[in-house]
Amino acid sequence: MSKHVVVIGGGVAGLEVAGQLSKAGIEVSLVEKESKTGGHLNKWYRLFPDRRYSSEVMDYLDGMTQNRGIKLLTDTTIESFNRNRSHFSLITNEGKELIADAVIVATGFDLFKSARKEEYGYGIYDNVITSADLEDMFRNGKISLTDGISPEAIGIIHCVGSRDEKAGNFYCSKLCCVTAVKQAIEIREKLPESKVFCFYMDMRMGGAFYEELYREAQEKWGVSFIRGKVSEASETIDNKLLIKVEDTLAGRPLKMKLDMLVLMAGMEMSAGGKKIAGMGGLNTGENRFFAAADNHFGSNVSNIKGVFYAGTCTAPMNITETISHARSAVTEVMDYLKDGEK
Amino acid sequence: MRIEGKKAIWNEYQKEIADDNYFYVRSCVRQNFFPGSETAFLKIMRSELNKDVYEHPCHTSCTGIGYHSDIVPVETTMTVVARQFSIMTEAGYENLLPSCITSFGLYTEILDTWHHFPEIEKKVRRQLKKATGREFEKPKNLAHASDVIYKFRKEIAAKAKYKLINKNTGEPLKVVDHIGCHYSKMFPSKGVGGAEYPYVLAGMIEEWGGEIIDYPERRHCCGFGFRQYLVQANRGYSVACSKEKFESMKPFKPDMIITNCPGCPMFLDRWQYVINEMEGKRYGQNGEGIPIFTYEEVAGLVLGYDPWDLGLQMHQTNCEPVLDKIGIDYCPEDKYNLEIKRSYSEKTNLINV
Repeated sequence: MSKHVVVIGGGVAGLEVAGQLSKAGIEVSLVEKESKTGGHLNKWYRLFPDRRYSSEVMDYLDGMTQNRGIKLLTDTTIESFNRNRSHFSLITNEGKELIADAVIVATGFDLFKSARKEEYGYGIYDNVITSADLEDMFRNGKISLTDGISPEAIGIIHCVGSRDEKAGNFYCSKLCCVTAVKQAIEIREKLPESKVFCFYMDMRMGGAFYEELYREAQEKWGVSFIRGKVSEASETIDNKLLIKVEDTLAGRPLKMKLDMLVLMAGMEMSAGGKKIAGMGGLNTGENRFFAAADNHFGSNVSNIKGVFYAGTCTAPMNITETISHARSAVTEVMDYLKDGEK
Repeated sequence: MRIEGKKAIWNEYQKEIADDNYFYVRSCVRQNFFPGSETAFLKIMRSELNKDVYEHPCHTSCTGIGYHSDIVPVETTMTVVARQFSIMTEAGYENLLPSCITSFGLYTEILDTWHHFPEIEKKVRRQLKKATGREFEKPKNLAHASDVIYKFRKEIAAKAKYKLINKNTGEPLKVVDHIGCHYSKMFPSKGVGGAEYPYVLAGMIEEWGGEIIDYPERRHCCGFGFRQYLVQANRGYSVACSKEKFESMKPFKPDMIITNCPGCPMFLDRWQYVINEMEGKRYGQNGEGIPIFTYEEVAGLVLGYDPWDLGLQMHQTNCEPVLDKIGIDYCPEDKYNLEIKRSYSEKTNLINV
């Protein structure tokens, strides 16, 4: 008899897991809280480091999951999660029970709510936006201020909600630096007359081709990188943004008038993930993401037998890493189902 | 600017403010700087709002100025504060109501320190007992006097004789609110509206008919910052801080400034005079300065108190432009008339022991 696995979360990791499992002949139910799958990928226009369209990755994931008999449950959340000896019982928001031999949690991440960094005025000052808002502008083909005019001076603040004790997040979200570099280049491509300033603590260019992109941003696109954390933003009478920052390389404070401020929002454990952790008795770490059984050779394994993790519900990671992590989760599940360790 | 964004933050930072039965501790310096303010506060609380506000003549400075100037060691400060608490306890009160922002900040800081380091509280209790034989309970509620006026802003509005509206244009007066640094910058959750967008004074102004101005240097220090002023060599920095603020607010054409700290109105008031002497610059309209008020003075004006009973003649930057815009009935000739005995019509028992 075919085994049944429930995958919670229909983002990159969930789709990859679902596709790979069904390819291996496992019956899969994919639970997604939104009305369509894809998660954060739907909000992004182009991806680092090669600036390919996110739709290309989405096409791949759709190809993985379509016509494979995966039972897709959209607009669905899990409201109850119990282990009954040899199987799991999950009750959906519509009262439907899903019986599973194993569960893969792929609940992803939430973007840090930038309004929590009150000093930057997101949600208050008109032209303070987030990296996600900027992607929306890229998708719509126009970077503009609220009055419809194109910005001339744009500031990008790194580490918004990451490496920030005040925000309760000590960890690095890992992707914001390279996202800032990518977005800075894209702004300069679309608005050649504009000036772009990135305010960073450290440039963490740890991924493949990140450093090259950083160099390109400086040499080809003239993006200015200023090492210093912006302390506050405010609005002037002519609707510009005045920021204060310490340029720690020059060793002096700096005030700058900008037209637009883009906040590189970090990644946090998703609200959906927190709910699953509470219901399922799953361990979380100091960073509030799911805690893997072992950081080196058990990053997909939870503290509950038969429950596995895939993707950014365990830590910030890029799409390449997420897909790799999802595939390794599939390996763990297949071993588990084969060995019958329940 | 999206006001709904600010409202969301204001909703997050609401604090518990006691409703009645306050133990009031005065500021060391306010009675010299703006002598009518504390008196006006007591009159409003007792006569207008019928609240029990108790004062004790034996309370002392909290040592805040000395503490922040690195003159008084923190343990000494804590023991002095413990003595204030013991006087409050003896008087049978639980709701501490400081007049001074620095005192409020210091009490908040000490209570928080004791919460996290109970062994320090124990030590301070021992020291106080040994030195004075006193014991104490910690306050159940700690609110700054501006918190309390904020709490009762609607009641004051209901009794108001005037609104913060330009009588000629019908437009709200444009008001700059300046919050003392020690109000919520150290502990945002202890201030109404938090640290970035404090609402304590903005709420009063909104309720009394005015319009708050959000200008870029809103968060900047007024220039008092004890070490800036107490060290004579730093006073240039002090006046530069004030100037930074005036330059930033000027394009918004403010009619007045409201403050909730002892030092801020003093420095924003006096330094306007100094800047004018040094550079011939004035920041208000029609070649005048921008009048500065304490929140008690503004509450008193709204309630129809005589400006000279409120002590507005002590301001170096003339307050008359605002009085005239609102249409307040006052006698210009009485401004410096020392023959008039300055007192409120009804008897106020200021020290009730």
